[in-house]
Amino acid sequence: MGDPLFWHRLQFGFTATYHYLFPQLTMGLALVIVVMKAMGLKTGEARYNDAARFWIRIFGINFAVGVVTGIPLEFQFGTNWARFSQHSGGVIGQTLAMEGMFAFFLESSFLGLLIWGEKKLSPRGHFGAALALWLGSWLSGYFIVATNAFMQHPVGYTVATDGTLQLASFWAFLLNPWALAQYAHTMIAAVVTGSFVVAAIGAFWTLKGLHPEQARLNLKTGAILGFIFSVLVAFPTGDQQGKLVARHQPIALAAMEGRFESGPRAELTLIGQPNIAKRKIENPIQVPAVLSFIAYGTFSSNVQGLLAFPEDQWPQNIELLYYSFHIMAGLGTLMIAVMGLATLLLWRGRLEGSRPMLWVLMLAFPFPYIATTAGWAVAEFGRQPWLIYGLFRTTQGGSPTVHAGQTAFTTLGFAGIFVVLSILFLYLIGREIAHGPAGVQGTGGHHE
Amino acid sequence: MNELWFWLVSVMFAIYVVMDGFDFGAGILHLVVAETNEERREVLGAIGPFWDGNEVWLLAGGGSLFLAFPKVLASGFSGFYLALWLVVWCLMLRGISIEFRSHVQDGLWRHFWDVTFAGSSVLLAVLFGAALGNVLRGVPLDATGYFGMPLWTDFRVGPQPGILDWYTVLIGVFALATLTAHGALFLACKTEGPVQDRSKALAPRLWLLVLVLWIAASYATSVVNPWIFHQLARAPLAWVATLLFLTGLALVFAGIKRERFLLAFLGSGAFIVGLLAASAACVYPVMLKSTLDPAFDLTALNAAASDHGLRAGLAWWLIGFPIAIGYATFLFRFHRAKVKAAVDGEGY
Repeated sequence: MGDPLFWHRLQFGFTATYHYLFPQLTMGLALVIVVMKAMGLKTGEARYNDAARFWIRIFGINFAVGVVTGIPLEFQFGTNWARFSQHSGGVIGQTLAMEGMFAFFLESSFLGLLIWGEKKLSPRGHFGAALALWLGSWLSGYFIVATNAFMQHPVGYTVATDGTLQLASFWAFLLNPWALAQYAHTMIAAVVTGSFVVAAIGAFWTLKGLHPEQARLNLKTGAILGFIFSVLVAFPTGDQQGKLVARHQPIALAAMEGRFESGPRAELTLIGQPNIAKRKIENPIQVPAVLSFIAYGTFSSNVQGLLAFPEDQWPQNIELLYYSFHIMAGLGTLMIAVMGLATLLLWRGRLEGSRPMLWVLMLAFPFPYIATTAGWAVAEFGRQPWLIYGLFRTTQGGSPTVHAGQTAFTTLGFAGIFVVLSILFLYLIGREIAHGPAGVQGTGGHHE
Repeated sequence: MNELWFWLVSVMFAIYVVMDGFDFGAGILHLVVAETNEERREVLGAIGPFWDGNEVWLLAGGGSLFLAFPKVLASGFSGFYLALWLVVWCLMLRGISIEFRSHVQDGLWRHFWDVTFAGSSVLLAVLFGAALGNVLRGVPLDATGYFGMPLWTDFRVGPQPGILDWYTVLIGVFALATLTAHGALFLACKTEGPVQDRSKALAPRLWLLVLVLWIAASYATSVVNPWIFHQLARAPLAWVATLLFLTGLALVFAGIKRERFLLAFLGSGAFIVGLLAASAACVYPVMLKSTLDPAFDLTALNAAASDHGLRAGLAWWLIGFPIAIGYATFLFRFHRAKVKAAVDGEGY
């Protein structure tokens, strides 16, 4: 508890995890809104614009919370991770500055027009505002993922005479292969979150017998997008991500699977409990040779276990890494099954009448949030003990003059603020859901 | 290249102060100039479309500082640890109070957010002023290139000062007055009726206060850090900046007198930019001055990223900056009309 690094890590992990609950929805919803506005323009049917209007209000509240919870993350680079910033600012400063310049200005300029400008703008103009928000939020995602990708798989840098990292190739850094794969995986996951939320609202209204036309539209949109993107998040993007980890972070792969011994025809562990002290996985249910195939494309490939590496390069929290990975992969599979079944029922015209399926859809929306959080935990715990993989250890990164007590104080401050923010958020979102979609064209008004 | 980036970062922070400055001013004043719910919504409507974009100048400026001068960011941000978290919390409160206030039509709910909005705006203006004061006074940087400062000590300036001492508090109060006066002119331009009348009436008094505090702050600076005024003789850019802020000040008073508030508002922007530019020109190349030994100063020359990185950054900066200005221009033209209070359930 007296170790400042413990608090720095806790604070960043906590604030980043909390923050990302909001952007994952806004990035996913931004695409849903663009699709709805485009359908409205194409067909001229009011129901698409009505649906978009409801989701824009949900988007607006999420976006506001996303903005205010994102500010602390930017500051923490300097306040809590000063040595890391000094060491790598010459490289990652590029993408963090570009995010402000190319993404935040775009988003903040058009947000007001998207939320309040429907009456003032032409239908095309309002569609344009939706497009701008989609583009802005997805650009913002890229710059953050590219920054993280440098920490996972540093490229495009050189080591200066004073030991700091400096930019060597802008394009190599920006188009890091790790960033491209991770970006596709992350953005698709955001659309999965958006689809599950849209489907959940559709299911809720159907079960309540409210707003039948809107309920149907949301169910349909959520199920179809949810099925397509749940599949895409696993294959090809999740698979690619796994292969990159196997190639560049084999220690992390071994820890994710709780694998200690090396060898060919490596088995995939479905469940089991890693016992680090005994260097084995207990009570496992395993499928032979599948891990070799997933990691390297052939069933006979050798997959190294943790014992093949020096212990000071192992991630510190192997249990958490192992369980996070299995929760992500397990929920990912479950989500494909849920949305696959929903789409099948939709195709047969029986989704609206199937109350059990509607209950499942209504209650399943936390799954993508949990899976996404677990996925980031895999990425970040798997990166340990490095802050920049292979170059700079996490223990080297903290601020030299900040004490544990100070960071404990600000972390607790954030805990308090986030509790209040969560209550306000749920209250406002609950009101919007209870209020339902606005029926009359062009009014965003609440009826008290 | 290093000098160029020193100025690019300075320009972005100066734009931030002018742009978000009127949001702070509106926030500080709205309890006074707007009494009814409709009037308060008029104030919120005036800044609503802009505040988030204005705040981005802080993030983009901070990002540019990170890119170009990572050592300054690392040392400064960790050294001002607690003060910066106060800034962040106030920014968070300010943001949600604008966004959440008009979601619920209830008197108590609104009143809570109105007071939160005003309180966080006051604190932000003071804290940003105090931050400038710390840069001008210097901080206890040692040979490691880092420093740690308590929020306050005995309120005296010296080799081991606190973040708040008599000098930085004075600069904070000066910033509070200036941004309030700046906001009064913005509201005089954008609103009508009682809100405009009250803003108009307050503006000349506020600007007289700014004038008095400006003289006091300048004198205090010459006492605390005489070196800055010695630099004045050697920095021609500082003369241009001085001319700019004096012209701005003259325009403010001329504009108020002739009831041409747009002119006065532009003058107030020029006053703020000119003052900041003159300060930057006088301290250049020092970005964080050490109170212990000038050898420990962090400067645009010893704290910068590599030349290659600075050049790459410049290439996209030259694309991104005009785009950002373009968005802002579009937004101000789109919302150029005077605001009217929004109907319940719509707008800010």
